[in-house]
Amino acid sequence: MHDHIYTQIQNNPKFRELVARRERFAWLLSALMLGLYLAFILLIAFEPQWLGTRIDPDSTTTWGIPVGVGLIVSAFVLTGIYVRRANGEFDDLTRAVLAEVHK
Amino acid sequence: MIYRLLATLGLVAFAPALWAAGALEGAVQRQPLNVSAIVMFVAFVGATLCITYWASKRNTSTSDFYTAGGSISGFQNGLAIAGDYMSAASFLGISALVFTSGYDGLIYSIGFLVGWPVILFLIAERLRNLGKYTFADVASYRLKQKEIRTLSASGSLVVVAFYLIAQMVGAGKLIQLLFGLNYHVAVVLVGILMVCYVLFGGMLATTWVQIIKAVLLLSGASFMALMVMKHVGFDFGTLFAEAVKVHAKGEAIMSPGTLVKDPISAISLGLALMFGTAGLPHILMRFFTVSDAKEARKSVFYATGFIGYFYILTFIIGFGAILLVSTNPAFKDATGALLGGNNMAAVHLADAVGGSLFLGFISAVAFATILAVVAGLTLAGASAVSHDLYASVIKNGKANEKDELRVSKITTIALGVLAIGLGILFEKQNIAFMVGLAFSIAASCNFPVLFLSMYWKNLTTRGAMIGGWLGLITAVGLMILGPTIWVSVLGNAEAIFPYEYPALFSMAVAFVGIVVFSLLDKSHAAGEERARFLPQFVRSQTGLGASGAVAH
Repeated sequence: MHDHIYTQIQNNPKFRELVARRERFAWLLSALMLGLYLAFILLIAFEPQWLGTRIDPDSTTTWGIPVGVGLIVSAFVLTGIYVRRANGEFDDLTRAVLAEVHK
Repeated sequence: MIYRLLATLGLVAFAPALWAAGALEGAVQRQPLNVSAIVMFVAFVGATLCITYWASKRNTSTSDFYTAGGSISGFQNGLAIAGDYMSAASFLGISALVFTSGYDGLIYSIGFLVGWPVILFLIAERLRNLGKYTFADVASYRLKQKEIRTLSASGSLVVVAFYLIAQMVGAGKLIQLLFGLNYHVAVVLVGILMVCYVLFGGMLATTWVQIIKAVLLLSGASFMALMVMKHVGFDFGTLFAEAVKVHAKGEAIMSPGTLVKDPISAISLGLALMFGTAGLPHILMRFFTVSDAKEARKSVFYATGFIGYFYILTFIIGFGAILLVSTNPAFKDATGALLGGNNMAAVHLADAVGGSLFLGFISAVAFATILAVVAGLTLAGASAVSHDLYASVIKNGKANEKDELRVSKITTIALGVLAIGLGILFEKQNIAFMVGLAFSIAASCNFPVLFLSMYWKNLTTRGAMIGGWLGLITAVGLMILGPTIWVSVLGNAEAIFPYEYPALFSMAVAFVGIVVFSLLDKSHAAGEERARFLPQFVRSQTGLGASGAVAH
């Protein structure tokens, strides 16, 4: 692989757009996931009694249960959102960039 | 002799008092055999050996051995990754943690899961686009091969060793309970079988064993959770209320308990679980078994779904065990402790909800789980030695394929022996915590180097070396000085390092070390390494020049 191909790709506005869009999206989702998890950990560390509070005085279920299960579900949903966009939009852009190089 | 447990289980049904006496004296009376359990064991081992034989016919190149020739689909790989996660330590350890402390088990499992999305967003595609067989391919892409590969291989081997300990201990305990086999014999048996899979079947057999087992385990765990829910009329409120009534800790099981003692431990454990996932060599290796970045992404999506579902099941299973196992004297010894230890909560529950036939099924599956996971670990360890240390460091990248394969096979056998030895040494440890230790190391050595090599232009070999080794040494050192090893294993009265999980400190040491020493590195080589970031970046983004991993 020759260096000029890499430079050519790097200067391609489509490549720059791809990188910018994908990076922004990936970091946004990462921050979201990390933020949710960190909030959960901080809750455990500083307010464990809140997680142990009953949702309803008559039921044994505590707030910790929906919060925990919610985290699991959100992890799945976030990966789904990313894969959908990456396998469509981002891959199309990548193909376009590579097609221009191989011309 | 072989059927001691099955025999005693039979005995339990007839005379609980006799069982208590038998447990104390270790006397065994021969009872009718649990044929179904044995048949299922033999069937699984037989089927997997057939797969191994089939795979061995196709295993000719190193690419076949390390990555199954890139022939695995995203869905299959997702199942295999989930399979690596649904280890015996997870299934037995986490359901045991739920059984003993309730909500803590959920906290632990969430930590394992949330690393996945982040791996997908930040690492998976770049890794697939840059690498060939091991993650060291990526970490050393523009840096000095010898140094970085030595570091990555060392990090991999230490992680593999700790993870293997957890799995081997689980294996020994389980087979001990099931067949009444001596713990040591059981560990040796697992060691031999795992070596067979890897030695003859390589990644192809290892992956298919993992996929089959993942399907079996998900089905079995679903059935158990379903039966538990049926018992409480499909109402979670009733499940929790009944569990609180019978559990010794009462309502404390519904809130965070003793797993996390202080904020520092909480954050440290969280970091270890989250970023450790991104540094586990046997997981990272799975991204090279698919054909391209698209399939790699899909596999993470499926894996996250399966793993999340599985952890919700273990939570239900743990609570089910509180209801149906802890209240049943048949599952306890004379002192009131659980037969075979708390790690057996899920196995006893299988008996409680499905009878001896289902007990046999779950036991066979748990056994399969251990075999599949240790095989994957062994393969990762062997490739670290043969591909990274032997081919790239010792032979300067000039080793021929035949020699590399031979070295990987010798290493496989050596790892088998090591796993057996460690399994025996660590017999008395809680296996869920051992996995936590492996994650701490992966998060402190493998992850920082891998991450910065892909994201930070100014990374140099010197920086990665010093920081990476500092991270590895800090993680291992703090763990030895911490409560888990210093007190529990070595028997000292008080730990020198007060926290169970060193990740917060060792990750900080690694990142700061790498950044500082990279920036201080003004050498000519460092300049070249920085210049090579551009081609690496373009390839990591587009896959241009990535090894087209298709069967040749």
